[in-house]
Amino acid sequence: MSIKDKVIAIIAEQAVLEPSDISVDSSLEELGIDSLGLVESIFSIEEEFDITVPFNANEPQASDFDISTVASIISGIERLQAEQG
Amino acid sequence: MKRVVITGAGTINALGHDVPSTLTAMREGVCGIGPLELRDVERLSIQIGGQVCGFEAEGRYNRQQMTLYDRFTQFTLAAAKEAIDQSGIIFSGELAAKSGVVLGTAGGGVSTWDDNYRSVYEDGKNRVHPFVVPKLMNNAAASHVSMEHNLKGPSFTVSTACASSNHAMAQAFSMVRSGMAPAMITGGSESMLCFGGVKAWEGLRVMSRDACRPFSANRNGMVQGEGAGVFVFEEYEHARARGAQILCEVAGFAMSSDASDIVMPSKNGASRAMAGALSDAGINRDEVGYINAHGTGTAANDKTECAAVADVFGPHADKLMISSTKSMHGHLIGGTGAVELLACIMALRDGVIAPTIGYEEPDPECALDVVPNEAREAKVKVAISNAFAFGGMNAVLALRAA
Repeated sequence: MSIKDKVIAIIAEQAVLEPSDISVDSSLEELGIDSLGLVESIFSIEEEFDITVPFNANEPQASDFDISTVASIISGIERLQAEQG
Repeated sequence: MKRVVITGAGTINALGHDVPSTLTAMREGVCGIGPLELRDVERLSIQIGGQVCGFEAEGRYNRQQMTLYDRFTQFTLAAAKEAIDQSGIIFSGELAAKSGVVLGTAGGGVSTWDDNYRSVYEDGKNRVHPFVVPKLMNNAAASHVSMEHNLKGPSFTVSTACASSNHAMAQAFSMVRSGMAPAMITGGSESMLCFGGVKAWEGLRVMSRDACRPFSANRNGMVQGEGAGVFVFEEYEHARARGAQILCEVAGFAMSSDASDIVMPSKNGASRAMAGALSDAGINRDEVGYINAHGTGTAANDKTECAAVADVFGPHADKLMISSTKSMHGHLIGGTGAVELLACIMALRDGVIAPTIGYEEPDPECALDVVPNEAREAKVKVAISNAFAFGGMNAVLALRAA
């Protein structure tokens, strides 16, 4: 599975949707993922890709890991894998 | 002062997954204690317990709920649903705003602590699931009951070791009796039957390796159990107005603190709690037909408890019946008083006294009618339920037949 497919699978599970319902442009908010769901998604991403995502739920904007859309999450993972791999 | 009645009961424990099956097992003197099935059991020196078998959380709760519900919460939710369904009470509007949930637990999410410590210490992982804290916190079960059933009034969790659920029910009772709440969901839950939970108890050297035999001269310790008991405590007129079935009346309670030793029981503390409950309920001691004992099966508890009963009841101590159902379901620690309240309800409503099973040899220091091995039919108007916790904190409830 590609990074994209894995991320979509994680997000789909959180949003209780089929992976086919999720596009890379979807924002987590419009997929109905709340703050707990976001924290759990980040945990799943860390487990799946063996990376540490710098994210504090108190100041989500402060992180340079951009969680606004599926696409931005994928590029964030690629960057962290390169840095931490 | 309002009168308080019980209009619903729910449970899950080693004897059954609901109240009818539990009461049937108590009536038949079934032993729910057996070999423990859990990870690394071979490294435990105590390998028996009153484990809940055949309870699959998968299918019962969805994936999101599973990430938030420790086993003690799962037990609580199952028992709460049974109690509220039986009661027929629906929490909405003003009733919802004033009614709450007070539950007891000693350990809360013990297996969540255990699993995650194992993960970071033994497996060397550096990351745990984000919901570890909301899953293991002691008030998780009460919170989920409040969310599931729309309870918006006073809600919290009480933790006084083996007396937790009696203290919780005493609080709920006070709130209904004072008029503060029209109804309260109350009881308790425990789930410590995991490697760390049993290992901790082993350390005290008070556990039996073979059976819980309360009051028997050859008793050799307590046996852990797990599960939950949950009740609907409701103001009498409120229950009557909606035609609810009344299981029994909660007539009074008392709490006392030994203020003496962190583990050894005190006859004086136990006596004061029992006498206090009778006095609070306005019950004469000769009205009491049945005592659900704390009866842990340890050398110290059982003789101290019997001496306290003799002190409080005088000559009537030889006429009343006292039994310990821990011989069947094990010691549910913070949930134990709640499951044991079911034996009181069975005595008051059905006229059946649950036995003390595993009774083999009379002990002159426990020379009371402990209803050995077989249930007995008897008409009982008043029952009391004892809980005497480590830390010397005692809570006794007094109940009357409806």
